[in-house]
Amino acid sequence: MIEVKNITKDFGKMKAVDNVSFSVEKGEILGFLGPNGAGKSTTMRMITGFIPPTAGTAVIGGYDITEDSISARKKMGYLPENAPVYPDMTVHGYLDFCAQIRGYGPADRKRKIHETIERCFLTRVEYQNISTLSKGYRQRVCFAQSILHDPEYLIFDEPTDGLDPNQKHEVRLMIREMSEKKAILLSTHILDEVESVCTRAVIIANGCIVADDTPDNLKTRSSVHGAVCIAVATADEQALISVLRELDCVKQAEVLEKDEKQIHVRIYPKELKIPIADRIMIALREKDFKIESLFVEQGRLDEVFRKITL
Amino acid sequence: MRIQDSIANIKAIFKRELFSYFGSPVAYVFIIIFLLLLGFFTFNIGMFFESNQADFRGFFDWHPWVYIFLIPAVAMRLWAEDRRLGTIELLLTFPITVADAILGKFLAAWCFLGICLMLTFPLVFTVMYLGNPDLGVAFCAYVGSFLLAGAFLSVGIMTSSATRSQVISFILSVVLCLFLILSGYPPVLDSLYGWAPAWLVNLVSQLSFLTHFQSITRGVLDARDILYYASVMVFFLFVTGVIIQNRRTS
Repeated sequence: MIEVKNITKDFGKMKAVDNVSFSVEKGEILGFLGPNGAGKSTTMRMITGFIPPTAGTAVIGGYDITEDSISARKKMGYLPENAPVYPDMTVHGYLDFCAQIRGYGPADRKRKIHETIERCFLTRVEYQNISTLSKGYRQRVCFAQSILHDPEYLIFDEPTDGLDPNQKHEVRLMIREMSEKKAILLSTHILDEVESVCTRAVIIANGCIVADDTPDNLKTRSSVHGAVCIAVATADEQALISVLRELDCVKQAEVLEKDEKQIHVRIYPKELKIPIADRIMIALREKDFKIESLFVEQGRLDEVFRKITL
Repeated sequence: MRIQDSIANIKAIFKRELFSYFGSPVAYVFIIIFLLLLGFFTFNIGMFFESNQADFRGFFDWHPWVYIFLIPAVAMRLWAEDRRLGTIELLLTFPITVADAILGKFLAAWCFLGICLMLTFPLVFTVMYLGNPDLGVAFCAYVGSFLLAGAFLSVGIMTSSATRSQVISFILSVVLCLFLILSGYPPVLDSLYGWAPAWLVNLVSQLSFLTHFQSITRGVLDARDILYYASVMVFFLFVTGVIIQNRRTS
């Protein structure tokens, strides 16, 4: 388990991270969210022992990072922001160096490097100089470094930054695959990533935690959560809206978009617990409106994110 | 167990750093310039042949002056480059101590300088061919020069740890090394005499790289001189450690 306990960092008078606590269990993928400059990287740097906290600490697999730093770091894999690598080395040479640092003997090293290179799809560039690789490959090389020793605890600072959509997908798949036996903490500001990868999300703003919940629960905080969006084939806006407003379960109906053939409307329910889609369909069909599409909004993370971090 | 781990870590970093010298043009440019400069000073300015003496004085006397520009150039990338690339974050979150990292880097650069120094061997053969030099003195002088290189290097690695700019690191370490060379010279001491207490003047004069180097090149391998260089290196490497511990982020 990764346990972050009341960790605080001051840079001069500025509080970069203020009394942040959370924990990540094995099997969990925790998304660490926040606007730029919220203190995500600083927090991760303290957890990995790169910078000492002003107060508080992090305990990784039972080892305190401020007291038994080396033992704690042995259990961790870390992908720093911007994926630093040595450009003058080959991919193989770089991973060999990392494997030596992780204490593997020559035979194990060969096997480990081979495994990792296959897993990260780096076979094609194994003996190429890192300076000749694209940003996406470099990112993967650094990613390979962090999982090389098969650590129980993984910390990724913006793991998909700078990757194209296909590469992003691959990295997310890899992360999800590994998550069963590991505790993973990843920071990102891509909200899709949180929805598709993370089991839990912690949002920080100005160095403080402002939300700690599952992505689904977070979405319920969105103002559009539970609202029904429909597209109706009609030009008569007045008639349509009056039908919808007459329903007692509807709080409000707003027109999102309209043209000669079609009107898009979003309908907010009075009470979240009572589904309204069914009743809207019946009411509209009675009046001979033709529904072309209908869906229930789950809520939007980006809206929630803005609401709680601004 | 701890010591074994440390040795393995130092070895890994040592290998990487040494490899990175030879993996780039830096090493070859450096070796060529080093040999050319030493040759130029020894033969053209030092008038090696004209002096008609089969000894190495005219060769080793130039070492400090070649080192003062070339060693800061070797040392400047050691930490500044890691800071610039961000690999310092990787290095310091690996399960190794700061001392392991510093020692690995320092030893790699020192070993590289040792290789450069060894490549001056044709001169030894030349002198042996021309006359009957005292090889014991030559050996002492090589040891002395190697120690001097280590002392310069420790200054360079310290300035490198303090900045992400290699240029700043270079300039700072040239100035510091210059001070450490010149501190035995009368003009420097004169500038102190007026106001500084006697013990400080004495201390500064004892700090000079040069006084200790000259006695070794004469063939006197005094334990005190070795101790002096060792303590200079330990001191600056220790300061490097303190700087790195305190300047991790920026």
